[in-house]
Amino acid sequence: MDEDQGALPLLSVSDVTLQYKTKEHLVTATYRVSFQVFKSDRYVLLGPSGCGKSTLLKAVGGYLTPVEGAIRLKGETVTKPGPDRMMVFQEFDQLLPWKTVKQNVMFALVSSGKYKGKAAEDKAMHCIEKVNLTKFANSFPHTLSGGMKQRVAIARGMAMEPDVLLMDEPFAALDALTRRKMQEELLQLWDDIHFTVLFVTHSIPEAVKIGNRILLLSPHPGQVKAELNSSGRDEEDPVTGKRLSDRIHNMLFADEIEEEEVTHV
Amino acid sequence: MSDLQVQRAEFVREQVEMSAFGVVEKPLTVWEKVFNRDEVRKGLILVALAVIWQAYAAHLNNPLLFPTFSSTIEALWDHMVNGSLLTKAWFSIKVLLMGYAAGVVLATLLTMVAITSRLGNDFLETLTAMFNPLPAIALLPLSLIWFGLGNGSLIFVLIHSVLWPVALNTHSGFMSVSNTMRMVGRNYGLGGFRYVSKILIPAAFPNILAGLKIGWAFAWRTLIAAELVFGATSGSGGLGWFIYENKNELEIPSVFAGLFTVILIGLIVENLIFRNIEHRTVRKWGMQN
Repeated sequence: MDEDQGALPLLSVSDVTLQYKTKEHLVTATYRVSFQVFKSDRYVLLGPSGCGKSTLLKAVGGYLTPVEGAIRLKGETVTKPGPDRMMVFQEFDQLLPWKTVKQNVMFALVSSGKYKGKAAEDKAMHCIEKVNLTKFANSFPHTLSGGMKQRVAIARGMAMEPDVLLMDEPFAALDALTRRKMQEELLQLWDDIHFTVLFVTHSIPEAVKIGNRILLLSPHPGQVKAELNSSGRDEEDPVTGKRLSDRIHNMLFADEIEEEEVTHV
Repeated sequence: MSDLQVQRAEFVREQVEMSAFGVVEKPLTVWEKVFNRDEVRKGLILVALAVIWQAYAAHLNNPLLFPTFSSTIEALWDHMVNGSLLTKAWFSIKVLLMGYAAGVVLATLLTMVAITSRLGNDFLETLTAMFNPLPAIALLPLSLIWFGLGNGSLIFVLIHSVLWPVALNTHSGFMSVSNTMRMVGRNYGLGGFRYVSKILIPAAFPNILAGLKIGWAFAWRTLIAAELVFGATSGSGGLGWFIYENKNELEIPSVFAGLFTVILIGLIVENLIFRNIEHRTVRKWGMQN
């Protein structure tokens, strides 16, 4: 139901090579990575640290220009950040501390010109209700817990009704219990609205749970290793008898062994 | 294996009813509440200082060197009632505000240039490194030659004393705005002036406010010192001139009254204006404790 092979992809990343400069080096983060995200996909970029998944997401967000290849959203090349690709970051300081929860969500709506005045307020409150924070609408971010801050960021992202919601390890800084709850809440929200989300994580269980399609990246530089389907339940495959998470684990693990062999020769 | 660890039975307990607790939440006593207020504690310190002053001066019994607190207050009251002190204070404040405002505007312009380009950044850093350590009062002789005896030269040295600390703090505030917050701002499609005014300035506000406070203190010091040096040449003269004049007439309680006014104005601005701004902004936002 998520993918219609006949339809055009919403987001297409083709042969994208990304490089960034540090003080001393020019680092290639990803090399000729291609993937396609369709409408209502829960598309996960998964890989160990150093596979360029966050850099890739930032490039989709428009913060980075590829040195090679192209990123197209609805057929148009991405050149700069914009409200059609709302980001949810890992860091808690993504909320503006001088605005209340409601103002934070409203500010996004108003400053991007999507809504005005009362309409913006109604839309904001509607989304805050969706993430169960109505009681805290007039609280300032510093009074909220980490999980609540992330919920506000998600509400803000959804309120903008972006073409694709970009999530950069949004639950990585949360404790294990809160993280699980947030994953479930995100899936519930998706059941409700069927938004398109591009989700970056380094956690295999999270990828298996959240995604319906998982892009596996290998590190240094990031290259596509596999693209897998996930039902979200991590069941044993009737043919091979292997769980999806084990398959992914083996693929990443095999990589490590190969690397060690190379370095020890 | 089992003899390595002590074996214990498991247990599960029922939670005690709420009503069984003695205290879950108890309001503080009136005294605790009163003492929790900043003003009360600081007021007590001021009273204690006044008492020590009074006792020591009475013990010294030499009004020419060190008048008592009560005679200082008396002199202060006299000068206020007959008007000379208030007009002189107002004269000083007026000049101060002009210099302060001009300094802040220039600092804003300079920081704007600094954050938009790398060369501008280098420009600001070099200028602040050069001029920030230079005491404003050292420029006064030059200022007098350039602008003559009058408000012009006062304002020039005031600008010098305000500009650098404010620019330095504002700039470092802008530099310390987190990358995430910048990305959030750009995600909304904000750019140029709206990006600076809606994201960068509020995000850097704790530093900006600190700069404004330092700038204010520097300006106030510079002004009084400058007035002491060339005083009443521009007509009525300000507080610095008031102090200088009374010293010449050996009206020591009045000298103290003049100094006292300088302190009072400083206290009022710090505690009423800056503290209020702080409470309504950075503290409410949790950006400063």
